[in-house]
Amino acid sequence: MPLLEAIDVHGGYGGMNILNGVNMTIEADEVGVIVGPNGAGKSTMLKAIFGLLTITQGEIRLRGEAITNLSPHKLVEMGMGFVPQENNIFPSLSVEENLEMGAFLKPGTASRLKAQIYEFFPPLLEKRRQPAGELSGGQRQMVAMGRALMNEPSVLLLDEPTAGLSPLYMNEIFERVKTINAAGVGVLMVEQNAKQALRIAHKGFVLAAGQNRFTDTGAALLDDPQVAKSFLGG
Amino acid sequence: MNELIYFFNYVVIAGSVTGCIYAIGAVGVTLIYSILRFAHFAHADMMTLGTLAVLLLTLAFPHAGDPLGLPTAIVMLPVGMAITSLIAVGIDRAFYQPLRNHGVKPIVMVIASLGVTLMLQGLIRLFAGTGSQNLYVDARKEIFRIDVPGITRPIILTEPQIILFIVTVLAVVGLHLFLTRARLGKAMRAMSDNPDLARASGINTKLIITLTWVIAGSLATLAGTLLSLDVAFKPDLSFFLLLPIFAAAIVGGVGHPYGAIAGGFLVGFAETLAVFNWSVLLRPLRDSLPTWLELPNNLALVGTEYKIVVPFFILIAVLIWRPTGIFKGKVI
Repeated sequence: MPLLEAIDVHGGYGGMNILNGVNMTIEADEVGVIVGPNGAGKSTMLKAIFGLLTITQGEIRLRGEAITNLSPHKLVEMGMGFVPQENNIFPSLSVEENLEMGAFLKPGTASRLKAQIYEFFPPLLEKRRQPAGELSGGQRQMVAMGRALMNEPSVLLLDEPTAGLSPLYMNEIFERVKTINAAGVGVLMVEQNAKQALRIAHKGFVLAAGQNRFTDTGAALLDDPQVAKSFLGG
Repeated sequence: MNELIYFFNYVVIAGSVTGCIYAIGAVGVTLIYSILRFAHFAHADMMTLGTLAVLLLTLAFPHAGDPLGLPTAIVMLPVGMAITSLIAVGIDRAFYQPLRNHGVKPIVMVIASLGVTLMLQGLIRLFAGTGSQNLYVDARKEIFRIDVPGITRPIILTEPQIILFIVTVLAVVGLHLFLTRARLGKAMRAMSDNPDLARASGINTKLIITLTWVIAGSLATLAGTLLSLDVAFKPDLSFFLLLPIFAAAIVGGVGHPYGAIAGGFLVGFAETLAVFNWSVLLRPLRDSLPTWLELPNNLALVGTEYKIVVPFFILIAVLIWRPTGIFKGKVI
């Protein structure tokens, strides 16, 4: 049974449809990457999965169970983690407090998980008492991912985790995504840095105009001359 | 030296008393703003309402405080705080929550809170009448005169003032520990920082909202009661409190509890200094002044009856020159 399944998903904001039938399947040991041109509905798809906008048609399933249009709160309880692209930290809270908020539903496990997150993102350890808003972009992204991981999710949704980061940090974040996935967390992420992202992707979804244009393994999409020509800049 | 004691009694003590009241009130305003994102104009009436609850309890059991040697109103304070918190949560459920669920703009919430203000004022007058009433029922306010050696004039402190200082310190320390140590306190700051992310982290935002009203209602009762205990309960108390506590919250930077405390003392002392009769301090110099310069009997910046002008002036000055307040808060 797939970890996360989206079947013919339609939806959008205020009556205007942005998604016109998107299909996706992710297994528990896979990294899925959504790429595509601006306005294709990549981020909208993640938000639809996380219950942030109304799905008008189609279905989303988590381990076979229908979760279409459930509230984010409920989805977090069911083991879904979401890292938005912007405003993904609590700026005036310290790094440590940001992480604690991620474990709000499981306060008993907070200290054990915090230690693991610091091991996973070493730069955060020495900055743990600093307000998260004072950190650099890459470190903020670590805080944001750390916060989501504190809930021990079974599937993690990342919205452009490398946006605006230097190439050094970008590779670092992609490495972390691979490690998170190896630890048994299914990952679905939206990426602008399509080539690098597809390199670590088990599955790639090329969206255009709210529909799947190409769906294949990451490697196959990178090799496909048509994908390369229209979506990866040659 | 008598003049210094006079200054101490009429500025240091009086200013601290006003400052404490404003600070506790402003903390409530600022907490409600940071969680619910609107200026809650009914907050001063919540202070009056809490005081009324304590007054009614005191009238019902006038001697409850005797065994403890405390004013009955102080013993009834926790019960009054609980009742007011319940009413505050009830008001939120009945009036503010439906609007919130509709996703209205903050200004609609502000107008709704004005409606709640008028409703509460009517309700308070219905139960308490229009006159002022003493919170010491069948008892007398204790006044302490502390003699300073070598000076004829004593330092004057009243029992409610001493209790106010102690309770303010306890409330501030308690709030600080709650916001920085407790899981729910941190969640409250998180929700103030980024409500969407708080929801995405699984924080129960409805619980946080309820908690905010409980804290705001309790603090309002605390401040209103301690002020009325020192002076008297008046149904129009809120009229004299609303402007100063909003001035204090804005001066301190909206959304910053510590800023609200600083703002409260700033406004309290500014008000006290403005109505203070400076000619008393100049009196010892009277003989050395040239004959053409006669010392007036009253040398205050504004008359006591106009002291509400001071917070109003501070409010406008801050809004013009530094709308984010001392601690860089949000702009209402």
